Amino acid sequence: MIRYIIRRLLLGIVLLLVVCLVTFILFRVLPTGNPAVLRAGRDPQPKLIKEIEVVLGLNKSLPAQFWDYLKEVVLHFNFGYSYYSQEAVRSLISERLSATLSLTVGAAVLWIVAGLSVGIISALRRHSLLDRTVMGASLVMISAPEFWLGLVFLYLFASDIGQFKILPGAGSYVGLTHDPWKWFTSLIMPWVVLASGSAAVYARLMRSSLSEVMREDYIRTARAKGLRDRAVVGHGVRAAINPIFTLFGLEVGVLLGGAILVETVFNIPGIGRASYQAIQSSDFPVIQGTVLLASMFIIIANILVDIAYAYLDPRVRYS
Amino acid sequence: MSAAEALLRVEDLHVEFPSEDGVVHAVDGITYQVHAGRTLGIVGESGSGKTVSSLTTLGLTRRQGARISGRILFEGKDLLTLPEEGLRAIRGNDIAMIFQDPLSALHPLYRVGKQLVEAVLAHRDVPKAKARERAIELLGLVGIPDPAKRVDAYPHEFSGGMRQRAMIAMALANEPKLLIADEPTTALDVTVQAQILALMERLQRELGMAILIITHDLGVVAEMADDIAVMYAGRIVETGSAESIFAKPQHPYTWGLLRSIPRLGTSRDEELVPIFGTPPSLISPPSGCHFHPRCPYAQPDHARIDPQLEPVADEPSHFVACLLETEVRRRLWGELGAGGTPEQALAEAGLPAGKDPAQPVEEHT
Repeated sequence: MIRYIIRRLLLGIVLLLVVCLVTFILFRVLPTGNPAVLRAGRDPQPKLIKEIEVVLGLNKSLPAQFWDYLKEVVLHFNFGYSYYSQEAVRSLISERLSATLSLTVGAAVLWIVAGLSVGIISALRRHSLLDRTVMGASLVMISAPEFWLGLVFLYLFASDIGQFKILPGAGSYVGLTHDPWKWFTSLIMPWVVLASGSAAVYARLMRSSLSEVMREDYIRTARAKGLRDRAVVGHGVRAAINPIFTLFGLEVGVLLGGAILVETVFNIPGIGRASYQAIQSSDFPVIQGTVLLASMFIIIANILVDIAYAYLDPRVRYS
Repeated sequence: MSAAEALLRVEDLHVEFPSEDGVVHAVDGITYQVHAGRTLGIVGESGSGKTVSSLTTLGLTRRQGARISGRILFEGKDLLTLPEEGLRAIRGNDIAMIFQDPLSALHPLYRVGKQLVEAVLAHRDVPKAKARERAIELLGLVGIPDPAKRVDAYPHEFSGGMRQRAMIAMALANEPKLLIADEPTTALDVTVQAQILALMERLQRELGMAILIITHDLGVVAEMADDIAVMYAGRIVETGSAESIFAKPQHPYTWGLLRSIPRLGTSRDEELVPIFGTPPSLISPPSGCHFHPRCPYAQPDHARIDPQLEPVADEPSHFVACLLETEVRRRLWGELGAGGTPEQALAEAGLPAGKDPAQPVEEHT
């Protein structure tokens, strides 16, 4: 098991280097806006552009640029400086991590609780009116794009532009340590919007997984030994939850890399919005930094899911 | 063997499942009884309704939308009219059940010990530690070596035979009065089968429980059963003591079962004879005697007349539902039992050669 984890970690590091290279190629080798031009202001002199290129190191050959970048990352854990604000990418990201973390964790709790409970109730009352209603609703929620749903929520409930001014609207996010109550209320809408699609997916997954499990022989055994209904359902849920758990781990990993749409719609200063802005302005070091961070979260989530799976299902053993 | 003494008495039980293709008559009016400390073997091929009838006893077909009628009297209480909570208190406590495939019947993600502890705690208000002690004791009782260690194993860490032992241990957790064993040895190796049967017999002697064993394997009932009921297409076609069924089988279906398994004492080159054809549809069963399409001795009017279970002459506790004359049956079995073919038997009994038994394309397995 330990050897397995070490091997996975080493593999993860190799993967991160590959990600580095690929993003570098994508944003530097393939034609994008020249960051020096973007920085030079309106109607820039070619001389100025040249000067900026020297400052940013853009005049060197591409392999040399990549080598410089990699050296800084590996040796000093330095991801460079934003072409725009001059701010270190490392501090820029760490400042924004808490917002993304708040958004993701809250939404994840919401969707796992909502998704699983709806799924369980639906599975136990298959084909009932309740089941049909929530499964129909879940289909709508899966189909609704987040940015659209976000705008609908803002239109309905935001304190500035809403029809029912009950919740703080876009741009109202404050840090948890700054004002916990404001932090909480400002995140209610983003949480709900981010969670809705996933909750619906999880409800449907849980429904199908559990209704399959409830036909298993060991459920019949549980009944035959005289367990109460709740305990019998418990046996079912325990077996049905494993595939859902895998998906959950990976999805949280992906979202920690930035929930671009929701952060943008609600103007939350998280990693997703930072990468969105960086892409718009060819701010290469920031793009590279956020992509690396996102890949790291996904790789870690993958490893954690695999390790946890060995505990969730004793039949799984890694070697 | 008066009816009053019976521990379990099933009377005219019907179980039907509505399906898209029509109503499935899984159990079509069966009556049997199990006496305290004795073993009844219910024999039949897959789809003959033997499992459904026992699941119904525990109320486990209620949720599947089954239409059930008749009576199932356990110690005088009708289990069919008992509310769910009353039935739950009986399941696993007074009546326990073990199943065919112990790997799929045990929860794969729970330790064996936990599953045993649950069975104890479902009916006894004892501390967890006590229940765990009981679990270890039970594993020892069913012959699992080093039970104090094995109690923390997962089912996949057990061999097939040990899993079935664990299932039996779970069933015995509350010292049931009746153990229903549904094909308990079918999924096991032959050597392990014998061990499991021996274990069940030993436990029956020690604990004095009654056993209802459901199987397609006449070898198993020969080993275990005091009484036998042979089921075909949802009905009991022959029932009696094990001795009388093996010595003087009366129903052509029973003959077929007996002739399709090897037995000691028969000649080495005597061939095993399969029962041709496939079990009938339970949605629209054959008219008359349900077995007539597969019966080599069926006469034209057997497709019209529905035979009732009637006592066999000279054997008051041996019943058969067959339209052939007693004397004809005696001669037929006389020939078959001596290794004759159905054709020879027909000639011997002086019957006209029946129509071809259903085309022998698919042998039943």
